[in-house]
Amino acid sequence: MISNEALATSLGLEIFNKGEEKNVECGYCGDLLSWVMGKAESGCAWMTVMNNVNVAAVAVLRDVACIVLVEGVKPDENLLSRAQIEDIALYGSSEDSYTLSVKIDKLLKSGI
Amino acid sequence: MNETLKYVYEVDGSDFMSAGVASADVKKNLKMLGFSGDLIKKVSIAMYEGEINMVIHANGGIATVEVSDDCVSIVLADKGPGIEDIELAMSEGYSTAPDRIRALGFGAGMGLPNMKKYCDEFKIETELGVGTTVYMKVYNS
Repeated sequence: MISNEALATSLGLEIFNKGEEKNVECGYCGDLLSWVMGKAESGCAWMTVMNNVNVAAVAVLRDVACIVLVEGVKPDENLLSRAQIEDIALYGSSEDSYTLSVKIDKLLKSGI
Repeated sequence: MNETLKYVYEVDGSDFMSAGVASADVKKNLKMLGFSGDLIKKVSIAMYEGEINMVIHANGGIATVEVSDDCVSIVLADKGPGIEDIELAMSEGYSTAPDRIRALGFGAGMGLPNMKKYCDEFKIETELGVGTTVYMKVYNS
């Protein structure tokens, strides 16, 4: 288990919003919000290409450790603003969900 | 806490951007009242899905949440078009959400199934052209 901040540093993620420090326990990839809502574990690093404000709502309700916008997606204005208000860690990466998942898995297993 | 607390929210059907606000508020209140993480998770998911459904399909509605020591009860009432085939609507993957909603990441056809899955009691009353009311209960076990 590592902190969201340590994960962002280790993977060189872009930090759109620092947010509250939380431990990352696992990862989840998904863009269909109801699917994520019903299936993601709390404490996960959630990778998605969705970048609207509803992403923040799902992140808050599911208690994710951080949101990672993948493949170079940037948050829209409303998402960024809601992430700031709700104190959610919001990161970005140019890599795709699979590549990032493999790296996150390695990090979690090494426990650094 | 012995008395029942009641929260009423008007869900604005024209503002997709504020959908989820009522659920987040309920979550915050339940946390403050000291309910378990498991109960909070169930209520949050069920209520958020209901809220989104009211915005997508019914141009908003009223969400009433009653909290007592042993149970959280949620009633979502709208004056939308009603549900033509409840059984079909309840099946995972079935959705009538329009493309502009799907583009936002909704319309996976998981809304109603999620609501039922995370509730201990779930009931829908619907009438075409009149509206839909969803009754949900989550017990504090």
